[in-house]
Amino acid sequence: MKHRTFLWFFLPTATAMFLFIALPVASVLVQSFYAPHEQVIREVENCTVFGCTKSTTIDQEATRALREAEPLGRFIGFGIYADRNHLAFAEVARAWRASSGWADFRGRLLNLPFYGALAFTLSYTAVVTPFSILLGFVVALAVNAIPRLMRGPMIFVSLLPMIVTPLVGALILFWMIDARGILGAALQGLAGDPGLSVKASTPLMWAALMVYGIWSTTPFAFVVYYAGLQTVPQDTLESAMIDGASRWQRIRYVLLPHLLPLTTFMALIKIMDNFRVFEPIVSFNAGAHAQSLSYFIYSDLGGETRLLTSAAATSVLTIAGVIVLLSPVLLRTWRTFGKASA
Amino acid sequence: MTRTADRRAPALQLVLTAFLVLWLVVAAFPFLWTAWGSLKVEGDFFSKADWVNALTGPLTQVETGGSFTGAGYHGAWVQEDFWRAALNSGIVVVCVVCISLTFGTLGGYALSRSTYRYAFWLLLMALVFRAMPPITLVSGYLLPFYQWNLWGHLPTAIIVLVAINQPFTLWMLTAFFRNIPRDLDESARVDGCTPFQAFRHVIIPVMWPGVITTGLFSFLLAYNDFAVTAMLLSKENQTMIPKIASFLGTTQTKGNVMFAVSSVVSVTAPLFLLVIFFQRQIVSGLTAGAVKG
Repeated sequence: MKHRTFLWFFLPTATAMFLFIALPVASVLVQSFYAPHEQVIREVENCTVFGCTKSTTIDQEATRALREAEPLGRFIGFGIYADRNHLAFAEVARAWRASSGWADFRGRLLNLPFYGALAFTLSYTAVVTPFSILLGFVVALAVNAIPRLMRGPMIFVSLLPMIVTPLVGALILFWMIDARGILGAALQGLAGDPGLSVKASTPLMWAALMVYGIWSTTPFAFVVYYAGLQTVPQDTLESAMIDGASRWQRIRYVLLPHLLPLTTFMALIKIMDNFRVFEPIVSFNAGAHAQSLSYFIYSDLGGETRLLTSAAATSVLTIAGVIVLLSPVLLRTWRTFGKASA
Repeated sequence: MTRTADRRAPALQLVLTAFLVLWLVVAAFPFLWTAWGSLKVEGDFFSKADWVNALTGPLTQVETGGSFTGAGYHGAWVQEDFWRAALNSGIVVVCVVCISLTFGTLGGYALSRSTYRYAFWLLLMALVFRAMPPITLVSGYLLPFYQWNLWGHLPTAIIVLVAINQPFTLWMLTAFFRNIPRDLDESARVDGCTPFQAFRHVIIPVMWPGVITTGLFSFLLAYNDFAVTAMLLSKENQTMIPKIASFLGTTQTKGNVMFAVSSVVSVTAPLFLLVIFFQRQIVSGLTAGAVKG
């Protein structure tokens, strides 16, 4: 296709992505270097018969004028990145000096909001991705083993947790694990502690969020593996049997190699998706126990004072995190591409 | 006919079946539970005494005189204007699907037919865009949108969702168009069609399966979105998902959490229908990128 034709076909989507993805990224980057203007303070001399006193007042008009003239605020460079709510260099250094050991240092680090959010996001991704892939694989094996007629309804039910709106799906689970819900009551019964509440405990909240994550992402792994199982070469399986391979050997040497490319693809997609975990934390009302990077930005943006600068700085750090996560893929494609064109 | 390779030991078959039943319960039970509970009063659905009350509903009997009550639905849809949110959601979803499919088919077709290096880089860039959490972009929108008075309107949310949707749409449709033989449009070009005529008369008639599949996922993205619609829409333009979130914030204290429960059921019902009618397309869409590699 000629460059010119390509341009015309690609123009609408390119415009949309440039205006609403590329520019906002640039805008976030710029915003993260500016803080809101401080109020303009004016010194006023009040003279009475007893003499003159000086007092300071806030000049509302001048403040408004300044804010309107420069809506971005004042330039502060990397100041916001270094503050307590983001990379917190000073606090980290202090924690490092003061801490008695690794565990202590880790505890202090996780108390800083950004590191806490980062830790939850990474743990969530690291737990949910492998577990959902594994569970999806087993479900796919099981569905593949039942008569063909029953597979349709089975797939229908299995798709539900994934297709449902994340906020809604998380709410449905949350209401069940509520202390007055069925799962909450079951947990209390199991633990033998009638006062047990998931809402009140940080480890339980983390676990509940991860259970939601696994519940909602397993169907994707299931569907991909199920489709993969349909394309397993039956001849290879049968010849492996004739050669005397056991069931386990057939899985190990025929099935798994066949499904490996699917697994890498799925892991990539799921790591991207899990890294932006957000809605379940809103649904579970879990902000006090677990924050993800996305939720951290959301809570900065919402509320009475919109902390745009803080949100922008977190966004930049999150985007950097995404690029770091994707870098193996990007590097690999870049290398293979370089080889292909050389 | 059962192939020999498919035959399993009975014990293994039993374990697999038991596991499958367990998974079915895990996948479906929460929905049934919530749908049933949405017809009860709050004292039953969140029962302090015994969870069995959510099934039998003694308080529902006492408070309303019947075993089931539509009070939650009435409260949400009529009293709290959930119908307006549903209408807004409808507008947003239809517009997002139509616009992003139009942009996406044109762009995806171009990418699939281009042999130059930049097509590859554009796809890679789309992958990076796809991986970015939408909320990071939202913090970039707020300031300019306030400045230019764009904040709060439905069209703004629509075009933003279209843009966020583009990377994924491009990936799916490029993969799909690559499977349509090049000979088809090239022979049209030989016969004297312009590139656009070739697209219009040769590609459009055969592209619908791929477009419908991609459209389903655009639908889900727009319908399920919370980050963008919650931050960019004013209160009167809210769509359903932020509306549910606002029920939780304000009415939980008033004891009207049943509004949220019934609207959650209302939001889930269309998705059920979607899966019933388009199960095959959803499955093929999910596996399109994976199975072909």
